[in-house]
Parts: sequence; C-alpha cells; structure tokens
Amino acid sequence: MTRFITSSFSHLILLIGILIMVVPVWMIFASSTHTSSMINMNGLQIFLGDSFYENYLRVLLYQGGFFKEITALKMFFNSFIMATGVAILSVVTSLMAAYALVYYRIKHATLLFWIIFITILVPLELRIFPTYSVMAELNLVNSYFGLIVPISASAIATLFFRQFYKTVPDELLESAKLDGANTWRFFVDFLIPLSKTMIVAMLIFMFVFGYNQYLWPLLVTTSEQYWTVVMGLKMMSGSIVHRFAFVMMSMVPPILIIIVLQKHFIKGVFQDK
Amino acid sequence: MKKVQFKSSYSQYLFLAPQLGILLIFLYWPIIQTFRDAFTMQDAFGFGATFVWFDNFLFIFDDPAYFIAFKFTIIYSFVITLITGSIGLLLAVQANNVMHGKSTYKTLLIWPYAIAPAVVGVMANYFFSERFGLLYHLFHELWGFNWYESVFDSYIYVIIAGSWKQISANFIFFLAGLQAIQKSVIEASMIDCKNSFRRFWTITFPLLMPTTFFLIIINITYAFFDTFGIIDTTTIGAPSGETRTLVYKAYMDGFRGLDLGSAGAQSIMMMLIVLVITIFQFRYIEGKIHYN
Repeated sequence: MTRFITSSFSHLILLIGILIMVVPVWMIFASSTHTSSMINMNGLQIFLGDSFYENYLRVLLYQGGFFKEITALKMFFNSFIMATGVAILSVVTSLMAAYALVYYRIKHATLLFWIIFITILVPLELRIFPTYSVMAELNLVNSYFGLIVPISASAIATLFFRQFYKTVPDELLESAKLDGANTWRFFVDFLIPLSKTMIVAMLIFMFVFGYNQYLWPLLVTTSEQYWTVVMGLKMMSGSIVHRFAFVMMSMVPPILIIIVLQKHFIKGVFQDK
Repeated sequence: MKKVQFKSSYSQYLFLAPQLGILLIFLYWPIIQTFRDAFTMQDAFGFGATFVWFDNFLFIFDDPAYFIAFKFTIIYSFVITLITGSIGLLLAVQANNVMHGKSTYKTLLIWPYAIAPAVVGVMANYFFSERFGLLYHLFHELWGFNWYESVFDSYIYVIIAGSWKQISANFIFFLAGLQAIQKSVIEASMIDCKNSFRRFWTITFPLLMPTTFFLIIINITYAFFDTFGIIDTTTIGAPSGETRTLVYKAYMDGFRGLDLGSAGAQSIMMMLIVLVITIFQFRYIEGKIHYN
C-alpha cells in the first residue's frame, strides 16, 4: 500500500514536470495553426486551428529577412551545413588528437596536454571580436567555412575520447602489434570501431551545439544568404502566426535528433553499457 | 598513460596537427589579440592604437554599469543553478523510483535540452509580452508584475526563461548518477534506515556529490555564456541594463559602442573569473568528495 502511494506520488511529480516542459511548446504550436487576427483578439491558443498548411508553407517559401532575400528553407539548409560541418570537423580532429595523446610517447606531453585542454575554459563568447577580425583578415566572413571552423575549435570531444581510450585494455594494442598492424591500421581498424558509441554521442552533441549557435552567426554573416535558423528568428519579419510557425520549425531538427538517437547519446556520454 | 605505446619521430604530429592547427589559428591567435586590445586604445578613426597599460581596466571598474552586470551575472548563475539543480534532482529521483515507464519519462523530459537558448527566449517572449502574454497577465494580477520597469520582475522573467531548458540537462545527469549507484548499497541502507527521506539525504545524496559538483560548473557556465541568446531575445537588458550579463555587456560595448579596448578588458576579467571558479573546483571541492 505505501509502495502504491509513494509510486503514485512519483508519477504525479513527473507528470507536473512534463507539463511544464510540454505546455508552453504546445501552446505556441496550437497558436501557429490559427490566423493572426484570431491571436491578436484572443491571445495564445490551446486548441488547434485550421491554418496549419497555409502558415507553414508561407514561412518555408516566402522571401523573409530584412532585405527579403532569403527563405526559411534556405536558412534550414545553412543550419544543416553548419551543424554537420561542426560535428564532423570537431569529432574527426578530436579523435586524432586524443589518439596521439594516449597512444604515443610524446616529447613535452604535459605542455601539449595543457595547450589543448585549457582552451575549454575560453569559450567563443570571450574572444568573439578578435575571432571576427581574424576571420575578416583571412577573408572568411560570409562563408560556410567561417561559420563552421571557429565553432569546431573545441577540445571537449578530445577530453571524452581521451577518457575513453584510457579504458581500452592494453592487450588490444599488443595483439594488434602481433598481427602486424601499424599505427594507422590500429587507429582505423581497431580503435575507431571500438569507439563507435562514443563517436555517435559526440557527433550528436556537436551537431546540436553547432545548430544552436546564435551569437557567432549573427556576427560573421552580413549577407542574408548565410543566415542560419536560430539567428534568423530575430531577423524574420512577418505576422505573429508566421513567427510562431518559424519558432516551431526551428526546434524540430535538434529535438528530433536527441529523441531518436537518445540511447546512443546517453550511452556514449555516460559510458554505460 | 598506456604501458604499450607507439614511438615515432613524426606520425604523432600528423595526428595532432589538425586540432592544434585549428586551435592555434582560431583560438590562440584571437586570445592574443584580446590581450592586445585590452591594453591598447584605438584612436577615433581606427588608424592606430596606443599602449595604455591598465587604462581599459580602470575604466570598467569606474563604470557603474559594469558592477550592475557583475551583480546580475552572479545572482543569475546562483539562482539558475539552485532552481534547475533542485528541480532536476527531484525529477530524477522520482524517475528512478518508478517501476513502469522509466524510459518514457526520460524521453519526455530530455528533449528541451536540445532547444537553442535563443529559441527559448523567443518563446518566453510570447508568454511575457504585455499584449497577450499569459504569465505577464497572471503575475500582473497577482502583484502588479511589470518587467519593463521593475528590476525584480525582470529578474523573474529572465530566470524563468533561463531555467526552463536547463532543468533537462540537470535531470539527465542526476538520473545517470542515481543509476550508477550500486544496488547493494541502497539495499543495505534500506535495512539500516527505514525513513526513505532520511535515507536519501544521508546515503544517496552524498554519493551523488560528484554529479552535483559537475552540474554546478555546467550550470554556472551556462548562465555565464549560453544565456546570451536568452537575454538578447527577452529583455535586451531592460530595465536600463539591469538584466545584462557580463558577456552581454561586453558584446554590446564592443559591437554597438565599437569600444574594442573595453570589450577586451571585460573578456579578460571573465577569463579570470572562470579560472578562479575552476581552480576553486579542483582545489577545494574535488578533494572533499569521495568517489565510489
């Protein structure tokens, strides 16, 4: 009986928690399916209206932006390029750097270790204008390269891969050496397949990190052609229901990725098997 | 380090080169420039800069707006850490308790983590607008809520907006921490202590200490840096700069005011704050926790 009561209590608390998370998003979604005059007269809605297709299609295909030069569809394309670029570039470079740190006897290993990991303490927000002037000097403003690379300058994934490699038994390298594997073969044929869960988790983490960037794209894109979704939110013109629709669409890609790949993500980050 | 390692004269550098190259060009070079900016003053036409020692730092210490931003940032990170930590822990404990539906609850509580702070801010905006904001009107009925003018009310606005998605992150880590505690420890404690409330605070919570301190750092970092998107889409600092974080103020001074010297000095001050917090974490806290 007490067990029943305590577990009902748990369910109740969890339900309240879920409502706090779901209700605001649901209300914006429900409101995004109404007409603007309806919202202006009656405020946010709880029930669905019947302007779903009309509102969403218009937002996706209409030339929005300050100079009316870009559609939401193009912004999604830009965000996708940026997020994928950040995920792949940071994960590949981190995998390699962590490999050198763990599997090699390196001169000045401690110094290298600090050079790489102290960077975690200096997020982009703290060096945003100088980073911009570096990009301007290298002529990389308004380019995908300019959107991607400074965000990929991160050693977070390196830290995770290093921790993971250290748990790999030494016997693996010994037996690989007996099989005649050289350093490259060992990395590609043994270590990478073994780190698959961790790689997927880091790809998800960095994808979401890249997709959600706001300040950097705001600064490094002066041409609307390179606007991303998250920064575009503030720039979009249009009526209130179109804004609602755009907000809803902007959160779909990262949420979908987290929900669908949830198991891999949690497995990798927390290393549970 | 590994007992068995590769020895080579060059191939390790091939593996290190891509990351080191990116870090040197896109991180270290800008950091060096930050220091150069902080100790120089640009002339009005942008033709040159003169070395001014600590003048930029003295200016920011003389600026009342800097202390307002400093005060707000400290309060903001403390309150966000407290709120998101305790709600995240509460939900994680309940989710760990239930027999059925554990993974469904997990899925239903994890997704807000993925939403960008700027998107959360735009959403919060709709709930706090004077025209049709539900929370604005609810709070207005209760105590005359008006974030455009009251500092306290604007704090409430940005704290709610800033906490909402961060509850998810705290929930995920606390749940993982709870699941990592060995069953035998909990079972043994059940025999010794019948009161489940006391059992939690004397046995489970101390075992969660590593997770707790990790999350404190994560939450402080979030409140310092990631909330830029939230402030920029909600109050924009209103009323009169009372809800500007240090990062937000530095950005505004550099971007709107074109004062790169001041922005650089402010960045270096923030680096120092981050460094102090990190050293504190390693020196005083890490040493006091027992890892199982």
